[in-house]
Amino acid sequence: MESKEVKMVAALRNGTVIDHIPSDKLFKVVSILHLDELPNQITIGNNLSSSKLGSKGIIKVSDKFFTDQDINKIALLAPDAQLNIIRDFEVQEKKKLRIPDSFEDIVRCGNPNCVTNHQPIVTRFYVTNHQPLTIRCHYCERMMIADEIKIK
Amino acid sequence: MQKSLVSITDYSKDEILRLLQHAEKFEQNPNQPLLEGKVVATLFFEPSTRTRLSFETAVNRLGGRIIGFSDASTSSSSKGETLKDTIKMVSNYADLIVMRHPLEGAARYASEVASVPVINAGDGANQHPTQTLLDLYSIQKTQGHLDHLNIFMVGDLKYGRTVHSLLMAMGHFEPNFHFISPDELKMPSEYKQFCDDRGIAYTEYNELNENINIADILYMTRVQRERFTDLMEYEKVKNVYSLKNKMLENTRSNLRVLHPLPRVTEIDEDVDTNEKAYYFQQALNGVFVRQAVIAYVLGFIS
Ligand SMILES: [Zn+2]
Repeated sequence: MESKEVKMVAALRNGTVIDHIPSDKLFKVVSILHLDELPNQITIGNNLSSSKLGSKGIIKVSDKFFTDQDINKIALLAPDAQLNIIRDFEVQEKKKLRIPDSFEDIVRCGNPNCVTNHQPIVTRFYVTNHQPLTIRCHYCERMMIADEIKIK
Repeated sequence: MQKSLVSITDYSKDEILRLLQHAEKFEQNPNQPLLEGKVVATLFFEPSTRTRLSFETAVNRLGGRIIGFSDASTSSSSKGETLKDTIKMVSNYADLIVMRHPLEGAARYASEVASVPVINAGDGANQHPTQTLLDLYSIQKTQGHLDHLNIFMVGDLKYGRTVHSLLMAMGHFEPNFHFISPDELKMPSEYKQFCDDRGIAYTEYNELNENINIADILYMTRVQRERFTDLMEYEKVKNVYSLKNKMLENTRSNLRVLHPLPRVTEIDEDVDTNEKAYYFQQALNGVFVRQAVIAYVLGFIS
């Protein structure tokens, strides 16, 4: 059930609600999803009180259903966020995010000497550890931990 | 999918052991015309005379022919051609590509776009798997086996790719690792994690001293000046991690000193005549190991 506070932000007929985003990640999520380029109605709330997180952010986008690629990006930044698909004012689906075992074309390799930073190559990474999130570049084999991970 | 060798982790323990057996056969009988009528491209996007000569000797001993370049400034990549296009073009001419490249991951990428096998002869600071295989071959040859050895790694354990690859490959053989390095060049945590995950014992030290008396293998690496922001610190470290002949006095009789070469000051010249010095023979072993890898990726041996 949506909290009162969330309802205050905006009601959505059709679209996606991304809830339980840690406050310090909210604008990063906005940025990696390129929401600034969307013509859709968007409501963004931040620093809302949350029993789980203390302080959370929420994003509501009308008439937008994110691709798996976008959802993977959100998972990398805010693995505990929740995705609600809304149709006709009803929550049709609640998606718990899951970081995939491998992902392509999402992360930029942090190794400046990696071939993917010099040639037109689609990046690929493998998750080697979840806590803390650690990923390995398929090409240069370099490991990157949580904060070093840069999303394209 | 063809059988490239990009990273030492591409090969299982079983494959590694079989390759070492083949290398031994090539050492006994180096001239075997398995590659008659075959063309091998040696693409050296950065110069490395030592590695290139070793590979080209291996190809010649196998009766193959060689095309390629030894420096990127003479290659089409200097005219802005993408790596993909260069590799695709060479794939049309050659049966096998041996490549060295200054960028990490270049060989993996090449192996994905090439229609022929690719052998990585070094990709930046990442991998140099035939060096690792020749290290394993040298250890096996001098110790008679690879299992349960006291392996001491000395010097630059942070940036030294040869020690990282050797550590992962030796991980198959339940070693006891001993890491000797200055604090600023310590073994990175991901490799210690690798050991922890597999229950491999390791001990870290700051000093090169009588601790080495229990060593079976002393693997020395180059400490490079570029790694230090403080030159005073470099001068200090350079002397502390230099192996001298008298330090070998009370070491085990089976101890052998290895070094990927070229060395600078980390092994004193007075060690060279000690029977425990093995680094020059080690380099020669590279030819036999490379013969084995070449014959293996082309399917002439299994
Ligand atoms: Zn990379």
